[in-house]
Amino acid sequence: MTTTENAPTQEIGRDRRRKEDRRLITGRTRWTDNQALTGLLHISVVRSPFAHAEIKGIDTSAAKQVPGVVAVYTAADLGADQVQLPCAWPVTKDMKAPQRPALAGSRVNFAGEGVAVVVARSAAIAKDAAEQVEVDYDELEPVLDMEAALADGATLVHPEIGTNANAQWVFDSGEAGSGGSVAEALQKAESDDDQIIVKRRFRQQRLVPVFMEPRSTVVDPSGEQLVMWSSTQVPHILKTMLALTLGLPEHKIRVIAPDVGGGFGGKIAVAPEEVLTLLVAQKLGKPVKWTETRSESLLTAHHGRDQIQDLTMSVTKDGQITGLDVKLLADMGAYLGLVGPGVPILGAFMFNAIYKIPAYRFDCTNVFTTKTLTDAYRGAGRPEATFGIERLMDEAALELGMEPMEFRRKNWIKHEEFPYTTVSTLTYDTGNYEAATDQALQMFDYDGLRREQQERRQRGDVKQLGIGISTFTEMCGLAPSRVLGSLDYGAGGWETASIRMLPTGKAEVVVGVSPHGQGHETAFSQIVADQLGVPFDDVEILHGDTQSSYKGLDTYGSRSLAVGGIAVVKAAEKVIEKAKPIAAHMLEASEGDLEFSGGRFTVKGTDKGVGIQDIALAVFAAHDYPEGIEPDIDAHATFDPENFSFPHGTHLCAVEVDTETGFVQLYKYVCVDDVGNVINPLIVEGQVHGGLAQGIAQALFEEAAYDDQGTLLSGTLVDYTLPTAADLISFDTANTTTASTTNPLGVKGVGEAGTIASTPAVVNSVLDAIRHLGVKDIDMPTTPYRVWSAIQNASGHAGRADEANVASPGAGLGSTASDISRGDTQGGHL
Amino acid sequence: MIPAQFDYVRPTTVEEAIQALRDGGDDAKLLAGGQSLLPVLRLRMADPSLIIDLGGIPELKGVREEGNEVVVGAMTSHYDVTRDDTLRQHVALIQEATKTVADPQVRHKGTLGGALAHADPAGDLAAPALALDAQFVIAGPSQDGSGTGTRTVGAADFFEDYFTTAIGEGELLTEIRFPKYTGWGARYEKFNRVAQAWSIVAVAATVKVDGGTISDARIGLTNMAGTPVRARAVESALVGQSATEENVRKAAQAAAEGTSPTADADAGSDYREHLARVLTGRAVLAAAG
Repeated sequence: MTTTENAPTQEIGRDRRRKEDRRLITGRTRWTDNQALTGLLHISVVRSPFAHAEIKGIDTSAAKQVPGVVAVYTAADLGADQVQLPCAWPVTKDMKAPQRPALAGSRVNFAGEGVAVVVARSAAIAKDAAEQVEVDYDELEPVLDMEAALADGATLVHPEIGTNANAQWVFDSGEAGSGGSVAEALQKAESDDDQIIVKRRFRQQRLVPVFMEPRSTVVDPSGEQLVMWSSTQVPHILKTMLALTLGLPEHKIRVIAPDVGGGFGGKIAVAPEEVLTLLVAQKLGKPVKWTETRSESLLTAHHGRDQIQDLTMSVTKDGQITGLDVKLLADMGAYLGLVGPGVPILGAFMFNAIYKIPAYRFDCTNVFTTKTLTDAYRGAGRPEATFGIERLMDEAALELGMEPMEFRRKNWIKHEEFPYTTVSTLTYDTGNYEAATDQALQMFDYDGLRREQQERRQRGDVKQLGIGISTFTEMCGLAPSRVLGSLDYGAGGWETASIRMLPTGKAEVVVGVSPHGQGHETAFSQIVADQLGVPFDDVEILHGDTQSSYKGLDTYGSRSLAVGGIAVVKAAEKVIEKAKPIAAHMLEASEGDLEFSGGRFTVKGTDKGVGIQDIALAVFAAHDYPEGIEPDIDAHATFDPENFSFPHGTHLCAVEVDTETGFVQLYKYVCVDDVGNVINPLIVEGQVHGGLAQGIAQALFEEAAYDDQGTLLSGTLVDYTLPTAADLISFDTANTTTASTTNPLGVKGVGEAGTIASTPAVVNSVLDAIRHLGVKDIDMPTTPYRVWSAIQNASGHAGRADEANVASPGAGLGSTASDISRGDTQGGHL
Repeated sequence: MIPAQFDYVRPTTVEEAIQALRDGGDDAKLLAGGQSLLPVLRLRMADPSLIIDLGGIPELKGVREEGNEVVVGAMTSHYDVTRDDTLRQHVALIQEATKTVADPQVRHKGTLGGALAHADPAGDLAAPALALDAQFVIAGPSQDGSGTGTRTVGAADFFEDYFTTAIGEGELLTEIRFPKYTGWGARYEKFNRVAQAWSIVAVAATVKVDGGTISDARIGLTNMAGTPVRARAVESALVGQSATEENVRKAAQAAAEGTSPTADADAGSDYREHLARVLTGRAVLAAAG
């Protein structure tokens, strides 16, 4: 028994190493795929090679003959074609939502869609037999281009809904009363000699989330409760959705997300394969496992981004923005994911960013194509918006002949203006853009690098320097339940936590958020240690199992600390509140004379006191406690935030562009992020680093490209270009702190900040390096080929990167493999 | 990884390996370091009935000097190539190129012979082998079929086409013999989008400089055709020139002559030709040091 005599060191603010890392790094944990249940069967999904096709017939007879195969099912055998996988975010009342089955019945709508499933005694047998399933397809026209998909007479992905448009969502500040009319602002600007209008079209390429651990699901139907282990970010949502989707009694389902190896939004889903595994397990009455290959993951796990952005800004010649019009096309892919249609809509609140914009309109049309569906990916809607506005700010500054940071400074919300209600109706509680920017400029040596840039230009160096800016904010900590309700989101945004005080004084904290790499166990232990005044090592964080954590809304949208962490604080406050009368009883004092500090109740003005951990033992024994109360100090709390949190920051990027080859080399990267109060600086820095890597990768490396038949060209990690540490540089990160005023810890989210902010900073820097050569824009990713071609085109030479036949063979493993498989190599033995 | 089913043997001598190839027939595949074969098996783009693992044959490993040549066993790992003092002294170019292959894990598993026999046009070791006039020793059934024999093929004849070499049915590569280039400067100038990617284009250059004048030069190009290409026009333009930037860049303008590069998402053929010229200039300048 520990009695805390001295107040322990404050945990919040300590850069503790993550307590979960030992088991994660050494592999001493159990991922879903490690579940080895007695009698476990394995499934392999037979997938369509075509983007759009009628299924004429499926011959499973050969597959069924393979020794070790237990069953081969088509959609009808399982009723999988009758399932409607859920979309929880009907963004408009008249949104068109096609049925999304667990297996395709009569038609496939993207390459990779499942059409049959093989069940076998081993994963290897299942895979062998899956190759024996013969499917007869009648190919249909693929639908690949969003603008063509909306044109009259376009081939329809889902003829039954009569259109390729999923929904149109419009916000107009004139109509909302939060600002003027953009139509009027632009009209006025056109006839005003003191204003200019800047119009640009930007593309947000399609990305793949590429989490480290491929998805996996195990279902055991043999007990009273059906148990599903799944590599998911959302075990609670999954449980409820399985009940609603399949008509199962919710109390007969238990979902477990064990340690999960990353998600980045890619595991916010009710995946067809999760449902399929469940259906097979139910049908056979035996435990069943599905684990995807990396190629299956790239092809079928949901993708992210994929927008065409048409932006128009009016601005006075002295640099004051007068209006912003945003028109988006957002590619949903073939079906609607769990929150897919809402992802681009989140951008509606972020295009105005940190700027004071008097008139604003946002008009987004979601479009169906015969591609893998899109849904949340790190930042979800905010990176797209931030890219659009921060690129446009550079373009406008350029046309005004104004220094890009000066133009931003002229338009952003001043620190003394907070709280500030924006033109898109959000109220930013706190922020200090000046402080973050000034610190970033100094760390970056902005003036020095501008001088170096000038010198290189004058010398005509092969390697030209470019400097890019992104001054961003984002809305996170999803979310106030009322706000979600007003956006027609299918759930609330509260979060829960429970604290169980054990007889020996240790604390088990059960949280409703579901970590998959973020470090919640460490950060939450630090919070509880401070709140209850117990040692960090006496706290255990439990999560991800709906049996222990029965209520929660899981992890996404940088919500775990700003919402879930506050629920932990509230639960701790309740523990102290419940312990107080017992402490008073033990100390023979009145409650009013007690104060709680450093884990101890003391009687004011005396040295009498009792520790919270001793009280835990006292209520366990329950031999002597006050009448009229229960012998229990455990507590449960639910926190519903009153507002989002609004982290912000200034990111500065310098790149060297090799004008002979087009290669872009990162030269310097500085970011100063304001994420409010910091619980664990080490974790915050890690989140920022990882976020930067992903955001920079969108700018320079990643793209999920399709050929003209709708075949994904980046079906392996050879073809989908991910950077490693070797391709990045050492980032200079720092924080300014303006505490959030909407939660008691003063914290804001940090999980997505780096990704949201960095992409435009990098692209702005690439263009800044070569704009003097006549280059106006380059689509992402700004590959060497595209950069070189842009320089060639600007100087009047042909460069053909934009017309490159990306389907042609020749690069990487794909071509290697196909040449070998043709068997035309002579003696090419390895 | 779940490949299609195959049988597996691990011979301990070259003779046993040849016998296994004979027994395995058309569908047998040799496994060296596995860095190309295993991904293909994993993706089920190949389904050999028999895998013959060469990892258990000691005579295929190691580097030794033989007179004017340095002999590298086909199963010598990239890692061992990068650390070998004999190669550093006499065949620096192959070592420089090997250092750029993939990442440390791949370099520990992958082998020189495996990479050369695979003959991926984007692979990094064929162009230096061609530039260096390497000789390839190939073992196979003897003429009368009673035992095993060897034959030697020069680099110019070894690489026949995409993924196709002079290694015939039932044969295997046992040694690569490099002439000595003692005192030559060397540079492998590799261009790719990220560190762990195949070359979009790369240039292998080794030059002999006497008193500031280039007296000899060998240049091989990676991924500029289905096979590695020797930039002979550049080589002859360089000989006798002083190693100035101007001279070298001028000579390098001929680098794309005789090439037929592919086009893909990473590069059009015009861009590859341009890169060949730029990178050749850079490689030669660095090699001339």
